[in-house]
Parts: sequence; C-alpha cells; structure tokens
Amino acid sequence: MPETAVAEAGAGISLKELARRNGLTASGRLPSLPEYTRQLWSYRHFIGAHASAKMTSSLGSTKLGAVWQVLTPIFNAAVYYVIFGVIIGTSKNVDNFPAYLCIGVFVFQFTQSIVQSGINAITGNLGMIRALHFPRASLPLSVALVEIRNFIVALGVLMAIVLLTGEPITWQWLLVVPLLLLQSVFNTGLALAGARFGSKLRDVKQLIPFIMRFWMYGSAVLYPVTMFTENDKIDGWMLTLIESNPMLIFIELMRHSLMEDVPLAGTPTSLWIGATIWSVVVGLGGYVYFWRGEKGYGRG
Amino acid sequence: MADNRIPTVVADDAHVIYKVNSSAAAGSGSPLASFKRLVTGSSPANVREVHAVKGVTFVAYRGEAIGLIGSNGSGKSTLLRAVAGLLPVARGSIYASGQPSLLGVNAALMNELPGERNVELGCLAMGMSPAEVKAKKDGIIEFSGINERGDFASLPMRTYSSGMGARLRFSIAAAKQHDVLLIDEALATGDAKFRRRSEQRVRELRAEAGTVFLVSHSEQSIRDTCDRCIWLESGQIRADGATDDVMKEYEAFMRK
Repeated sequence: MPETAVAEAGAGISLKELARRNGLTASGRLPSLPEYTRQLWSYRHFIGAHASAKMTSSLGSTKLGAVWQVLTPIFNAAVYYVIFGVIIGTSKNVDNFPAYLCIGVFVFQFTQSIVQSGINAITGNLGMIRALHFPRASLPLSVALVEIRNFIVALGVLMAIVLLTGEPITWQWLLVVPLLLLQSVFNTGLALAGARFGSKLRDVKQLIPFIMRFWMYGSAVLYPVTMFTENDKIDGWMLTLIESNPMLIFIELMRHSLMEDVPLAGTPTSLWIGATIWSVVVGLGGYVYFWRGEKGYGRG
Repeated sequence: MADNRIPTVVADDAHVIYKVNSSAAAGSGSPLASFKRLVTGSSPANVREVHAVKGVTFVAYRGEAIGLIGSNGSGKSTLLRAVAGLLPVARGSIYASGQPSLLGVNAALMNELPGERNVELGCLAMGMSPAEVKAKKDGIIEFSGINERGDFASLPMRTYSSGMGARLRFSIAAAKQHDVLLIDEALATGDAKFRRRSEQRVRELRAEAGTVFLVSHSEQSIRDTCDRCIWLESGQIRADGATDDVMKEYEAFMRK
C-alpha cells in the first residue's frame, strides 16, 4: 500500500524523466537576473500598492496623519539647530548656518530611514512571504518607494526653509532633480542589501543605530566640511577616505545646488563623478546581492 | 494506470530537514557562550535540526484532490511547504508545474488595512493586473461573506474575528486559477455555511484542471472533497490510495 505511487510511475520511466517530459520544474529554482527583472517589472503595480498601503497603515493611527510627513523633518532640523547651531556653535565660517545644517540633516535622514526600514523589509513581512509567491525584491523596493515619496515632501519643506533663510532661487536649483535620482538609486541599493543582510543575521538590526550615528558624525552634517580640510591632523589617505564618503558627497552636492558660496570639500565636477559611481555600484550591487538570496527568504 | 493523465507534482524521495530556534537551553544564552559560538563559527546551541519529511515519493495528477492526513507533527504541513517551494529539500527532489500556492490560516496580510485594501493587495501579490483585480474584487468580498453582518470590508482586518480573517484569506487565494493549490487547515475555521461554499470552490478549482492538496484534521472535509488520500506518519508515507480505503486504515490506527 505505501508504495502505490512508486509502482504506477515506475512502469517504464524514472520520476525525474516523468517530471521532465511534462515540463515540471524543481520548486525553489533561482531565476536568471534578466528573468527576475522581468518578473519584478510585472509586479510594479503590487509594489506601488504595497508602498501606499504601508504609508496609510503607519500614519493611520495618528490624529494628524500625513501632516507628520512634513512635521518630522522640521522637528528634526530644529533639534539639531538648537544644539549645534546655538548652544555648541559649530557654525564657524558658514554664513547661512541654519540652511546649511538643515540640508545636511534632511539628506542624511533620507538614507537613514531607508536603511532602518530596509533591514526589516523581509523579516517584517514573513507572513506574506510564506503565503504568496512574488519576487521578494518587491518588498525592499516598496520600502524605498515610501521613503522616496517622503523625501520629496521633505524636499519641499527644505526648499522653503532655504528660501526663508535668505538664499535666492537660481538655475542651480534644477540640479536637485538628478541629485535626487542618484541618491534614490544609491538608497534603493542599500535597502535591498540591508533586507537580505537583516534576514540572514537579525543581530544587525541592533547595530544599525550605532552605525548610522557614526556615519552621520562623519558626514559633515552638523558642522562645516572645512573642519576636515583645515585640520592639520587629517591628511593623505584619511582625507581621501573622508571625502569619498557617499553621504558627504550627496550632502555637499545638495548644498552646492541650493545655496550660494558654500565651502565645498572638492570641485563640483569631482563630487558629481563620485556620486554617480557610488549610485551605480551600490544600486547594482545591492540588487544582485538581493537576487542571489531570492530563494532563501522566509525559510527556517 | 492510464498514461494520459498529466502529472502536476512529482516528489522523488524528498527529505526535508529544517532548523528550529527552540527556547535557549540553560547557559547557551550567556554572553560568553554566544561569543564562543561567534569565534568558533559553530551553530547556536538553541538551533535544532528536525528531520520532518523522510523520503516521500508520490505523483499527483491534474484534476486530483489529495487529502494529507496523519497525527500531529507527522510532517504534513512541512511537506506542503516543500511542495510550494518555501522550504528547501535536503535530499531528493520535488517537481511541480507552474507555481504551487500555499494557502494557510497564518497567511497574514496587513492587519491595519481594511479588508478591501487587503483584497487588492493580495490579488496584486498573486500577479493579477489592476484591471483583473478591479473585476474580481467584489466577487471575492461577496464570496468571503464578511459583509453579511454589515460593512466589514471597509474596516481594518485587525477588527475581524479569526474566522472572518480566514474566510477572506481563503477567498483571495481561491480567486486565482492555480495549477497546484495547497490548503493547510484553512477550511476548518469557517462556519458550516462557509465550509460548504469553500468545498464547492475546491471542487471547481479541480474541475478547472488544477490539483488541490488539503491538510485537515476534519475527516468530514477530507471525505467530502478528496478522492485520494496520503497518510503520513513521522515523515513517511504509510498509505496512499482512495480516500475510503486510507481513511479506514487511519481510523483503525488512531483507535489503538
């Protein structure tokens, strides 16, 4: 009795042969990268719907709702301004320190929030992953989409702050668009890589706040970038390392776009080249790294 | 057996071994022990390997409804998850046509969102186009019957009773034509009326040339829906055949 299935299939051909002839595939096979990208594209509506669903459900329980998208970055900037601009006084030789500081805080916040929610993109949706089949990259991508939308709102607030502090609108403001694009690609790569990393090693989540804080203090968010270049102790490879920090580059470029006469760490051209390289490397690298683990998500 | 039957799932001596994070044994949670594990690269002491499915071989054909029975912990759910491709097989292999879909009672959607948003999201996640979703949405909500006591479809899912949630999940999953549909205890949660309706839907899915696997402890729903039964006991197949024959054996075994 237990062997019935074997007996009926064994009348002639092996099970493997039977499966092959009928076009059955082994479950849990990894699709090729172009195939995966195509699958992901056909799930674009799901990614969009998931992103807006998450946005609704996270703000749904608050009274002010979507107003928080504007209030959170303002409060954030206010706290840092009081501590670093007024109390400690790191402004030194920057004329318009409030605008300078706000740009740093907002741009860094964009990457920070994407990393924090990217880490949870897989581990926070295990129920869905175990029940339904869809390309798993949809989840970190929807996280990235939420944060990109949030940042566009924050960018509007940021521009208002910059205007209020007395900066003029110039043609250079248009550079914000390619910059937003580059940083979004960079951040999406981080979200994808973080999602896989966080699903394999949950301990990472505990370390993220410290890593991000260290990164922020090293990215000239709260003090002028000239503190590095004018410091005698920092030179040679150390200065190169500090100046190739992608967050420093993105923040510098945003300041260059929105403000007049800001001291920069390098020439604008070298900064743009650096930003492009970082975006391509991290964006593609994150995507490939995530795809390699596609079949392992939600297991165990 | 006739050769014109088309196989949809082939399991060839499949073994499934999975790791479980059991509650930490005494001493293994101390910082020193954790550090030692990090340095030596050994697997954590609180991770144990469970050999849940030990060499299962069967062929499922198009149009069959197969009941999986067995006592608790016999590996039924694990086998389903392996067929769905959600757990890797350690040895042997499982082949399936298309992408098998697993429908379990734990298939959580987004609890903060209203039922109808979850229907849209679930359908999109199954790969439907937005136009298809729009066309099917009302049918799904009506089938689930959650609106029988007022407008529940627009309330967040966390306000639903467990039966209502399970009904909605079943309705979403059953809205799509699957080559292979795997149902884990989902029919047991609804009330009698819904159970009749869902059993009817399972029969329709079979008629539309799919294969349905059903795990259940309810003998009645197995007898009503399945024509074939596989009896698993501690990870191995004890019997595989017509539902009536296997059920008789199984009942005799359980009475012992």
